[in-house]
Amino acid sequence: MNNNIEELSLSLFMGDNNLILSHRLSEWTGHAPVLEEELALANVALDLLGQARMWLEYAAEISEDYKTADDLAYKREIWEFRNVALVEQPNGHFGDTIVRQFYYDNWHKLILEHLYQSENERIAGIAEKSLKEVRYHLERSAQWTVLLGDGTEESHNKLQTSVNHFWPYALELCNTNTANSGFDDDLASLSRQTWIDSLSNIIAEATLQLPETEFSYSGGREGIHTEHLSLILAEMQCLPRAYPGTQW
Amino acid sequence: MLAPSVSWHTVVGMMQHDDIWKILEGIPDPEIPVVSIAELGMIRGIDFDDTGTEAISITLSPTYSGCPATDTIISDIKNTLFDKGFKNTTVKIQLSPAWTTDWISASAISKLRAYGIAPPLPRGESQPECPQCNSTNTQLVSQFGSTPCKSLHCCMSCLEPFDYFKCH
Repeated sequence: MNNNIEELSLSLFMGDNNLILSHRLSEWTGHAPVLEEELALANVALDLLGQARMWLEYAAEISEDYKTADDLAYKREIWEFRNVALVEQPNGHFGDTIVRQFYYDNWHKLILEHLYQSENERIAGIAEKSLKEVRYHLERSAQWTVLLGDGTEESHNKLQTSVNHFWPYALELCNTNTANSGFDDDLASLSRQTWIDSLSNIIAEATLQLPETEFSYSGGREGIHTEHLSLILAEMQCLPRAYPGTQW
Repeated sequence: MLAPSVSWHTVVGMMQHDDIWKILEGIPDPEIPVVSIAELGMIRGIDFDDTGTEAISITLSPTYSGCPATDTIISDIKNTLFDKGFKNTTVKIQLSPAWTTDWISASAISKLRAYGIAPPLPRGESQPECPQCNSTNTQLVSQFGSTPCKSLHCCMSCLEPFDYFKCH
């Protein structure tokens, strides 16, 4: 039995969410609507990849099964991943990607502000480092949410559809009381309501409405994923699986 | 500078903390080679092991967590010190306190400007000066630029695009 089960569970959850979302965002490279947005999407992806590495390096140190961050990224099977379904969802159109990011950035900032207070210096340090980058991510996704939501009739309608579509997936971010999640009560104090409150000003400014449904997707933290993750991993892991031990 | 063949004891006798610092000041940032990693405020500590293992430990604070230059910087530190006779260098990554642009030295600020990158502004200010014509009539083009640490702007006076080293 691992003595650091809570820390391991937390660092895999944070690391996997960042890793998979980073992979999704990097799929925009070569396809973004304008060059500046391509740079922005790739930069956010890069920040999240760096943060994923910090979490997974910590996870590898306390894991009994995996030795390095690369092992965790490239050698785990789908059911060993702990990310939420939100980050697996396909990019869709640009507005879809913005809404998914806006939901994620709000949650990410709140959870990092919480983890920054942790008595565990390693966790607090990663949170402190990440937080500066995530605040900047949130500025951008919030600006785009307002720009598109309060834009033309077409952009508004498209964004409202995205807001509704990603909602049940985003709610999973705040499901902290699932069995075997490894989360302590302290961490679980990031309630669904706190997250929803953090969205409300920007959503109102964007003339959008949050859905009232409370249905939430669940299972990511227990390793139950949508089929999209299998395709992401197939692409991400194929090279190290075909050529074990390959180095840059 | 010392040849690699100089023995450890001679080296320790001659080279103190300040000398190591000078060596680190000579290591350029891989992506903005006009400034050194020391000037950017990335070096947070230099420690000598006095138990006879001849080891030096350099504490490094990375700029952005995903910056691909970090791995290059680590090997540059080890290789450069190796060439100066220090065969046993470890680089320790320090995340907290998190790196901030407040740690960039005054010398680097003027070098960045001369290189064509608008240096980070004091806290609270948000209008970078054009590094070409010094106009303050500039516009943000993109919050992200060619590296994680920069954003993209355009001068409305001379119409030149330029990079701004973001406040972080």
